[in-house]
Amino acid sequence: MEDLAVQALNGLASASSLFLVASGLTVIFGVSRIVNFAHGSLFMLGAYLAWTLTGLGPLAGLGGLWSFWGAILLAALAVGALGALLEVTVLRRIYGAPELFQLLATFALVLIVQDVALFLWGPDDKFGPRAPLLRGAVEILGLRFPRYELFLIAVGPVVLGLLWLLFHRTRFGILLRAATQDREMVAALGVDQRLLFTGVFFLGATLAGLGGALQLPREAVTLHMDMAVIVEAFVVVVVGGLGSLPGAFLAALLIGELHAFGILVFPRITLVLVFLVMAVVLVLRPYGLLGRAPSGAPPASEVAAPLPAAMPPALRRAALAALALLVALPPFLGDYPLILLADFATFVLFAASLHFIMGPGGLASFGHAAYFGAGAYGAALLFRHFAAPMELGLLAAPFAAGLAGLLFGWFCVRLSGVYSAMLTLAFAQIAWSVAFQWIEVTGGDNGILGLWPSEWARGRLAFFYLSLALCGAAVLLLRRAIHAPFGMALRAQRDSGLRAEAIGIDAFRIRWLGFAFAAAMAGLAGALFAYGKGSVFPSVLGISRSVDALLMVLLGGVQTLNGPIVGAIAYAGLQEQLARVTDYWRLLLGLVILALVLFFPRGLAGAIRRGGSP
Amino acid sequence: MLAVEGLHAHYGRAHILHGVSLTVGRGEVVCLLGRNGAGKSTTMKAIMGLVPPSAGSVRFEGASLAGRPPHAVARAGIGYVPEERRIFADLTVLENLEVGRRPARPQLRPWTPEQLFALFPSLGAMRHRTGGRMSGGEQQMLTIARTLMGNPRLLLLDEPSEGLAPVVVERMAAAIAELKAEGLSILLSEQNLTFAGAVADRACILEVGQVRHEGPMDALLADAPLRARYLSV
Ligand SMILES: Nc1ncnc2c1ncn2[C@@H]1O[C@H](COP(=O)(O)OP(=O)(O)OP(=O)(O)O)[C@@H](O)[C@H]1O
Ligand SMILES: [Mg+2]
Repeated sequence: MEDLAVQALNGLASASSLFLVASGLTVIFGVSRIVNFAHGSLFMLGAYLAWTLTGLGPLAGLGGLWSFWGAILLAALAVGALGALLEVTVLRRIYGAPELFQLLATFALVLIVQDVALFLWGPDDKFGPRAPLLRGAVEILGLRFPRYELFLIAVGPVVLGLLWLLFHRTRFGILLRAATQDREMVAALGVDQRLLFTGVFFLGATLAGLGGALQLPREAVTLHMDMAVIVEAFVVVVVGGLGSLPGAFLAALLIGELHAFGILVFPRITLVLVFLVMAVVLVLRPYGLLGRAPSGAPPASEVAAPLPAAMPPALRRAALAALALLVALPPFLGDYPLILLADFATFVLFAASLHFIMGPGGLASFGHAAYFGAGAYGAALLFRHFAAPMELGLLAAPFAAGLAGLLFGWFCVRLSGVYSAMLTLAFAQIAWSVAFQWIEVTGGDNGILGLWPSEWARGRLAFFYLSLALCGAAVLLLRRAIHAPFGMALRAQRDSGLRAEAIGIDAFRIRWLGFAFAAAMAGLAGALFAYGKGSVFPSVLGISRSVDALLMVLLGGVQTLNGPIVGAIAYAGLQEQLARVTDYWRLLLGLVILALVLFFPRGLAGAIRRGGSP
Repeated sequence: MLAVEGLHAHYGRAHILHGVSLTVGRGEVVCLLGRNGAGKSTTMKAIMGLVPPSAGSVRFEGASLAGRPPHAVARAGIGYVPEERRIFADLTVLENLEVGRRPARPQLRPWTPEQLFALFPSLGAMRHRTGGRMSGGEQQMLTIARTLMGNPRLLLLDEPSEGLAPVVVERMAAAIAELKAEGLSILLSEQNLTFAGAVADRACILEVGQVRHEGPMDALLADAPLRARYLSV
């Protein structure tokens, strides 16, 4: 009983900080239509800044009260200012760009902030001071409640109330609400939108920073906070309804409590519970508890590509020559190049499978690593628990990943645009946390070791040929599917869902199957990757692997069938080189992505058709 | 006051305006006429900068506005009332007016919500109602009132009578006459000739993105063959 009460309280306190982050996310989205992936990074920066400011900031000298509360507020405002700065320097330039590019740009910011934080604060976790005035616990009904938790519990409703006042009682707030509905009309009435947008980023970032800073007395500040928080915030926002503040509040309560009680029931896989609730909510109310369907027609797919033309003969000859080289040359290569080449083969398949969803399918996935990892873990778990040989593992991997694709895809493909992108990411994070937290089965962070190929394929050369053959065959299969009636139906629903329905195409089913098929192919790539390394770790499902795949596809161009092949090789090569020369490769990568997005806002080489409003 | 010269505009690759030229004098009401799709709304959007003109000039009180963003055009003193009304459905009547509010201009009496409620009495009775729960006619009044809150010198009124009951159209015509008496210049787009005849001084007939006829409103009303040529369907 006591436990339950304390857990309920914990849940409420978590809900408050979740709400702070989610409200910022939802407010920014409402006005700018940008889903800010970097919102979790702002949260993390708020925590780090508060840590620094409480410890050695100019306020520390003031002692006691000021050094703590002053630092919290200052950290929040500093993060707000940073948010405004990011809006002015980066985001403002991409309002007219296709959605996918906006998401990528904020993703780039995540990478950059990661390394900047690593550089400034180092890899060690940081522990903050206790809050003055709120140390210790109070006794209520014979139970001891920590004071700070009680304070946090109050913060959520207070912030909700203040936001309500801001949005209903100030001109700025009224303009923001108007802009959420029709920002062009607001401009036509003489309002300079730039101030509005900068203001809303300041507001949202301040909320995120405040959320992060307030965590300081509760938990350690780590470099993983950003992703953990953004995924939860996505779940909250999706469950509550994108753009709805009361919805975010309600959902934050729900998710916070779910976490708190989930720990009592399934201590290791609380995120699965969260996922189940999200699934139920989305089935019953696709736009969240208090959300509304986006008004107007759904945006046309933004990465649409015509049916790729046949390769020109010269190119075809070059490709064949390259393939011949790949077959003929390896016997003369050393181990290291062979390992790299085998990796490249898996990356090509991984990228090609994502391309299948994004190009012909017209859906962006920010969590494709989930299926790569599902294949890898599928094979590895069979090996660990049933001592299955490689042949069986490779056979099972596409099924494992395909099943994951069927399960997750069922949710993801019913939504479009940012909703579905957020969902794919959330599912991938859930898959990651299962691998990470369910130590009994997956080995957790220690991974599963000793996953070697069978005797005949153990040599580097043989394994390379095996990878080349399997990946080559799978890529050909993907291409066949694009040209088959199935692929045509997929493209038809992408280009116009309504028209496709009218000629008898069940758009949902086609998308769903396409998603699962691509997932299965990614799973094969993942299993090959795992056998090549001899082990799997949760990182095969990680965000950065999903981003890898996205970048490969975008780098090569969505519109061509060969794009993912070229992109995968170019990107994997680049990353390999970057990681070799610097520890801060994320920073460099982030800057490269930003440069790509800013200087080719309409896509690489005209690869991506213009989308969104001007 | 407003002088538009050789205005061209595109939606994507579709070339819609092919060199529209027109003027509106101080205190004048000019009516844009033309069949559906002739480019009346597009002309207004191009003046506002909502559809950036690809060529041509828009001069307003000596300032060049072509290529400026919509908010700059609005601040220069041009108020835009869109055909689709575009009321903020989640905002109340008073909040909708607040969005439109701009500082007063010299030599013009600034509009207040109270004066607007006198102009459109039915709005006054529903100050706290949200835009989404208003009738089409009420929304039409609100969208005009909202734009007037910006104290414009020139009003672009896109089909104010569309979809309104006859009594409401009469009320609307009276309101426009009042605005004209206040010294406001108006560029109006209309399908309803009776309504246009009641309020406009001059007519401009558009056809496939060009001005085909320009002259006094009375002359147009008297000239049946001219009307038949450009306006009958
Ligand atoms: N958003 C748009 N995208 C593409 N074409 C458009 C768009 N809006 C209008 N058009 C086209 O531009 C042309 C002119 O349209 P416009 O709205 O200016 O006509 P209008 O004279 O106002 O007609 P109506 O009397 O029906 O309001 C039409 O052919 C129309 O199909
Ligand atoms: Mg029109």
